[in-house]
Amino acid sequence: MPDMKDEDIRIGVFICHCGSNIAGYLDMEELSEYAEKLPHVTLVQRNLYSCSEAGISEIKKGIMEHDLNRVIVASCTPRTHEPLFRSSCAEAGLNPFLFEMVNIRDQCSWVHMQEREDGTNKAKDQIRMGVAKAALLEPQEPIMSDVQIRALIIGGGISGMTAALSLANRGFEVVLVEKENKLGGMLNRVNKLGPTMTDASDLVDGKVLEVTEHPHITLFTSAKVNAAQGFIGKYQIDIETESGIKKIDFGVILIATGASVYTPEGLYGYDGQRIITQLEMERLLKKGLDPGIKNIVMIQCVGSRNEDRPYCSRICCQTAVKNAIIVKDQIPEAKVSILYRDMQMYGVENEEMFRDSKAKGIRYINYDPARPPEVESNHVRVYHALLGREMSLSADLVVLSTPLIAHEDATEISQILRVPIDENGFFLEGHVKLRPLDFATDGIFLCGSARFPANIREAVAQGLGAASRASIPLSQGSVVVEPIISFLANEDACIACGLCVALCPYGALEIQKTANEEKVHVIDVACKGCGCCAAACPQNALDINHFRDRQIFAAIEAGGAGA
Amino acid sequence: MLDVGRHPNIELLAYSEVEKVEGQAADFRVTVRRKARYVEEDKCTGCGACAEKCPTDVPDAFNEGLGTRKAIYNYFAQGIPSTHTIDADYCRQLNGKKCGICEKTCQADAINFDQEDRIIQLDVGAIIVAAGYDVFDPSLIPEYRYKEISNVVTAIEFERFLSASGPTGGHLDRPSDRAVQAEIVELEKRANKSQRALDKFEKKYEEGSGEFYENYKAGQYKDDEDYKKWADKYAGHLAIVETLNTLKRKAETFAVAKRLAFIQCVGSRDFRFYPFCSGYCCMHSIKEAIIAHEHDPETKSTIFGMDIRAVGKGFEEYKVRGGNKSGVSYMRGRVAEITGGPDNKPIVTYENTHERKVESREFDMVILATACAPTKGIFELAKILGIELNKYNFVKTSPQSPVDTSVPGIFVCGCAGSPMDVPESVAQASSAAGRAAEMVFQSQSEKEKAVA
Repeated sequence: MPDMKDEDIRIGVFICHCGSNIAGYLDMEELSEYAEKLPHVTLVQRNLYSCSEAGISEIKKGIMEHDLNRVIVASCTPRTHEPLFRSSCAEAGLNPFLFEMVNIRDQCSWVHMQEREDGTNKAKDQIRMGVAKAALLEPQEPIMSDVQIRALIIGGGISGMTAALSLANRGFEVVLVEKENKLGGMLNRVNKLGPTMTDASDLVDGKVLEVTEHPHITLFTSAKVNAAQGFIGKYQIDIETESGIKKIDFGVILIATGASVYTPEGLYGYDGQRIITQLEMERLLKKGLDPGIKNIVMIQCVGSRNEDRPYCSRICCQTAVKNAIIVKDQIPEAKVSILYRDMQMYGVENEEMFRDSKAKGIRYINYDPARPPEVESNHVRVYHALLGREMSLSADLVVLSTPLIAHEDATEISQILRVPIDENGFFLEGHVKLRPLDFATDGIFLCGSARFPANIREAVAQGLGAASRASIPLSQGSVVVEPIISFLANEDACIACGLCVALCPYGALEIQKTANEEKVHVIDVACKGCGCCAAACPQNALDINHFRDRQIFAAIEAGGAGA
Repeated sequence: MLDVGRHPNIELLAYSEVEKVEGQAADFRVTVRRKARYVEEDKCTGCGACAEKCPTDVPDAFNEGLGTRKAIYNYFAQGIPSTHTIDADYCRQLNGKKCGICEKTCQADAINFDQEDRIIQLDVGAIIVAAGYDVFDPSLIPEYRYKEISNVVTAIEFERFLSASGPTGGHLDRPSDRAVQAEIVELEKRANKSQRALDKFEKKYEEGSGEFYENYKAGQYKDDEDYKKWADKYAGHLAIVETLNTLKRKAETFAVAKRLAFIQCVGSRDFRFYPFCSGYCCMHSIKEAIIAHEHDPETKSTIFGMDIRAVGKGFEEYKVRGGNKSGVSYMRGRVAEITGGPDNKPIVTYENTHERKVESREFDMVILATACAPTKGIFELAKILGIELNKYNFVKTSPQSPVDTSVPGIFVCGCAGSPMDVPESVAQASSAAGRAAEMVFQSQSEKEKAVA
């Protein structure tokens, strides 16, 4: 928009007493007299509470009666109150982005309760800075973008199938892409599920039937995602299927690619015969264990919690305990020993299963990672860290509990979809605690062991949870983005160096080629307005709406100018 | 929290309880008691002026009773809604005494001493139980002497000690030292008061109290009531000042707690109380130990546990980092007893299982990682909702349907279903919301089909 002529700028300053929170510590009379003298300020009013109904109607009346085209509220924090004041401006016909908030409570009166004069002077500085910035504010319109009502789910294991069903049951169209030639993922190779000891195949078969028969689910097996473009609401995906490439548009994407089991080549004499992994043990138990096997030794943390793989894989202890119980059920006289560092039987059900296993006579032997067990022919030698002595355990079968490791495809998928993976190769969520199933990039979600090793309960819960997160843009049909985003303010200056593209954490920038030049392009709906790109741009070509360089500099200059 | 308070599709009924639920999935009718706050929700701006002026101090439940709040209060500084509430148990006005200061202070005219509980009815399609958990009361374990030894605290109390907005402003002042400081403050008040009384006598008789007292003791001023009062007052004053000075000298030696012991599985994995593992406490202790070390790099922490269960994403790495960089050591074993040592320093007796020795060590403070106990209200709530609990009194679910309760249309998430950490709780909250939406959608489309 063309810059408004200087003389046309009419700023209203509303100074809030916040009861006595501000008025009790600052000289309000002096503040309002001071504000009246600032450039462009047409109206100054004091409110007992600017946020109360009375305060809001004063603001609206001020806008209408005094033809204000900028509003400043000097009060508390924008964290709690900016949305209210913005919408009040809009109700009075003023673009909500012509509103500026000055925090003279949390950042002034509350910290200077004993310094009335200095506090009042600081509040003057703050108001002066706000006025300087407000004069340069520009109206903004919210950015809207349609959402393609279709979800892509990558991975047809328990987590992906659960997510697919959850979305499809709500009437959303779902495309489920599975790399293997059948659904089920890791569970296809598992015998029984702890702690209920139900057959894994029962759970898988039930889900597979539901998925394949569901009218809203399109299933591609032996398929993979080849290429992806776009942003939330409009992802264009190339899916490589047995019958060629399918190009399909999606609103949202869920990554449920699961994990792989680490193969302990070269550890403890692993041979896949007498010395096997827990996953291989599942197959033996499903067939029924050879009744000649009388002595089994399981070793925990094989290839995990070490320098190469520093993480604890979460589910191996419960898998070992479960399999040990099944061994005892099949061959009651068998001796089973589990050599462990810490038994990670967290929660209610795991701990209960752990106790039950002890009652069934399963032996637990604490080993010291500095003196790991040694597997010999027919025996395992271990230094019992609690008894403080070596012991030798007969072993017809040695079962190694190896960690789940990131799926070999994770890196490729992360590159195609431009989402991050962590130092262990698992997909990295938007926030480890607060956004466990979202990526930082809007419209892409994750669940199950693609995120981190998960048991059935957790994988199902996360599948439901990721579907729930993904259903928000799908059910709204559009995304509305606050217009405080990056934009190419100086097109001529952009040299398409790509620095901003590489730095953007949200994949919101791309280099666009036109007939004879290359320029950066901001994908509005993907941008979060963090300002990374504008700060890094060596050409100063990018700027952030509502926080433009000249607005911020004007405030800084006013701040330095003194009263 | 802020997002919840501000979301146009969320009606927040804080300070309210569910009393009755009728109907079935997709068509529940819920009766809710909105408890009287004695503050009008639509008028209160949450400015807090009332709480500043309120004369009544009340133990602060949010700070685990470690500090005080007023009888009119917001549960904690950032609480949503910010609407204040009058604690009817403590409010002077509501207990028939003369007060009403908050009413006079409130410029928004929000105080209403006549407010009563209101009963409202809600028609809802689905119900999600997110009732959380209670912290186990460790005073039930006699050998840990919680409450007997002042420097034995719970993990959640310790959390408040570490918090900048907590009762110690984030300093690890030991509770025993804080008690002495509080006594000093109290004695100073008394000393000032008695000094004022002495001032009056001194003015009246134009003589210093010390000089007078010498003469009084020497036998002058006999049989005069007023002089006797002066003498008694002065003797009392000297006693107060002496105690005060002793305490002050003692307080000069106080130092922040630097040797910390964290005891795991307090009430968990214990057949006397809760046989299950509470899941999150190992990480909680590690985190608290690391933060304590950030506050003061001389801090050394020992975490006593049977297994250190660091099973989440990045947890094991965090645990190892705590050991390498934050002065945290891990001792495998269960603590047998905590006893009081000299200078209020608790002594922890345990079996060092790797050395096969019983050892005792003195610490500045001991922190008890208490179990995740089913919340007390869950029995009543389960009865009202008709949902089943499991044998540990968490809401019953199955691994295949982790957020479905025994009643269709009622879902559960977080620690009401099972102990879990923050990421798991957040993920489950989305799961429960998704299941609720799925159920409501399906029943609507069935209805539409039936109509068609």
